[in-house]
Amino acid sequence: MSSRPTLDYRAKSHLSYFAYACHRFSGLLLACFIPLHFLMLSQSLRGAEGFEASLKLTDFWVFKFGEWFLVILLAIHLTGGIRLLMMEFGSWRGLRKGWIQASVLCSMVCGIVFLYFAN
Amino acid sequence: MSNTDLKVKVWRGAEQGEFVEYLVPRNPNQTVLDVVTHIQRKIDPTLSYRFACRVGMCGSCAMTVNGVARWTCRTHVSKIVEGDSLEIAPLNNLPVIKDLATDMREFFNKWKGAVGFFKGNQTRHDDFAKVEPQSEERQLANAGIECIGCGVCYASCEVVESRPNYLGPAALNRAWTLTNDVRDVQQLDRLRAVAGDAGCHACHSHGSCTERCPNALSPTASISGLKKLVARAAVRGSKWGKL
Amino acid sequence: MSQAVLQAKLWYAQRISAMVLGICVAIHLGIIFYAIRGGLTAQEILGRTQGNLGFAIFYEIFVLACFVHAPIGVANILQETMPQVGMTKPVSWLLALLILILGTTAVIGLYTGGAI
Repeated sequence: MSSRPTLDYRAKSHLSYFAYACHRFSGLLLACFIPLHFLMLSQSLRGAEGFEASLKLTDFWVFKFGEWFLVILLAIHLTGGIRLLMMEFGSWRGLRKGWIQASVLCSMVCGIVFLYFAN
Repeated sequence: MSNTDLKVKVWRGAEQGEFVEYLVPRNPNQTVLDVVTHIQRKIDPTLSYRFACRVGMCGSCAMTVNGVARWTCRTHVSKIVEGDSLEIAPLNNLPVIKDLATDMREFFNKWKGAVGFFKGNQTRHDDFAKVEPQSEERQLANAGIECIGCGVCYASCEVVESRPNYLGPAALNRAWTLTNDVRDVQQLDRLRAVAGDAGCHACHSHGSCTERCPNALSPTASISGLKKLVARAAVRGSKWGKL
Repeated sequence: MSQAVLQAKLWYAQRISAMVLGICVAIHLGIIFYAIRGGLTAQEILGRTQGNLGFAIFYEIFVLACFVHAPIGVANILQETMPQVGMTKPVSWLLALLILILGTTAVIGLYTGGAI
C-alpha cells in the first residue's frame, strides 16, 4: 500500500518548465548574493586602501569561480526575464521557445566573454 | 513490430493503493484507451475508468500516462511506450474515487468560482447582440473557447499542486474568454474573483498547461491577459468599476 | 487595501522594476566586461566612480529597482514552497531592508571614496 503518484520529473520535462526553473534558481541565488555584493562595495567607505584590502580577500580561486558563475546567472535571469515580459506584456506568440534557446546561448557567450576579459 | 505483451502498470485503489501489473497483447495502432479497455473486459472487470466518445472530442478519458496527463483515446501506445512498459494512473491534483476515475467536482467548482459562466442582460425579445467577429476582443475570446473541461491542464499544473485554492488554468482561461465577451454583465465580479492569492497572479508561467493541452489552447496566454487586466484595475480602476 | 489589490500591485511593481532592471543589468554587464580587463583594483574602481554623479545616480536607481524586485520574487518563492511556516513577510522585509541600506551605503561609499 502506498500513496497515489504525484507530479514528478516526467510531467516537468519540457522546455518551458526548464526555463522557469532556471529563472527561479538564478533569481534566488542572485537575491542571496546581492546583499553580500553591496556589503563588499560599501567597504569603499574605508577609502582606497581599505577597499583594496577587502578586495584582496577575493583573490582565492573560489571567489573567482563564484564571480564567473554569478555573471552567467545574471545573464540567464536577464534573458529569461525578458522572455517573461514578452510573454506577459507583448502580443501572444506562444511560450517563446526560440527565446529560451537565445537565452542559453547569450548566457554562454557572457560566460566566455567574462573569462576572456578576466584573464 | 514486436509481438511481446505490454507490461502495463495500472493504479488500483484510491488515495492509497498500489500499481498492479497486467500483460496486454500488443496490436498495431493501439491506443492507451484500448489497453485499459482490454484489461477491464478481458482480465480484471473490477477496474474503474472513464471514457465516452473514444475519438478525441469529449476529454473524459484523460489520465496520467507515463507521468504525463493525456487523452488516452488519442495516445498511441507506440508513441509513448518505454521498451514494453506503460504506467497508467489517475489525473494528478484531483481526488481519486477509484482506480483511474477522479472526482472532478473541485475542478468545476473552481470554474464557477472564477465566474467562468456567461450572464447577459438581453432577452429573446431584444434584437441580436452585434459582436464584430474581427474585433480584438472577439479574437482574444475565440482563441480560448475550445476548452472542453478535460482537466489535463489542471492535472499538469504545479501551482495547483502547491496551492489548494488556486483556481487553475482551465477556470482562468474560461474567465479570460468571458472577460472578452462584450455581452457579459458580470465583469467586475469576475475581475474580483480572479484577483488575489487564489487567482491569476499565482501563476508563475512554467507553461505545463499550454504544453499539455490536447486542444492546443494557451491558458498561459489567457492568464497573462488577466494579470494585466487585474493589475491595471487595481491601480487605475477598470472600465467596469473599481476593484 | 484588500488582499487582491495588494497582490495585483505587487505583481505590477515587480514587472515594472523588472523592466528598469533589464536596462540597468544590460548596462552593468557591459561595464563589468569593460572593467575587468587586465584585473580589477580598488584604485581603478574608485578612479571611475569617485565624484562621478552620473554613476551614483545610475547605481542608486539600480539599487532601488532591486529593492522592489528581489523581495517580491523571494516572497513568491517562499509563499509557494513554505506557506505554513509564515516566514514570507519577515524574510522579504529583511531582504528589502538589507538591499536598500547596504546598497545605498555602497553607492555613497563609491561616490565619496571614503572621504566623508
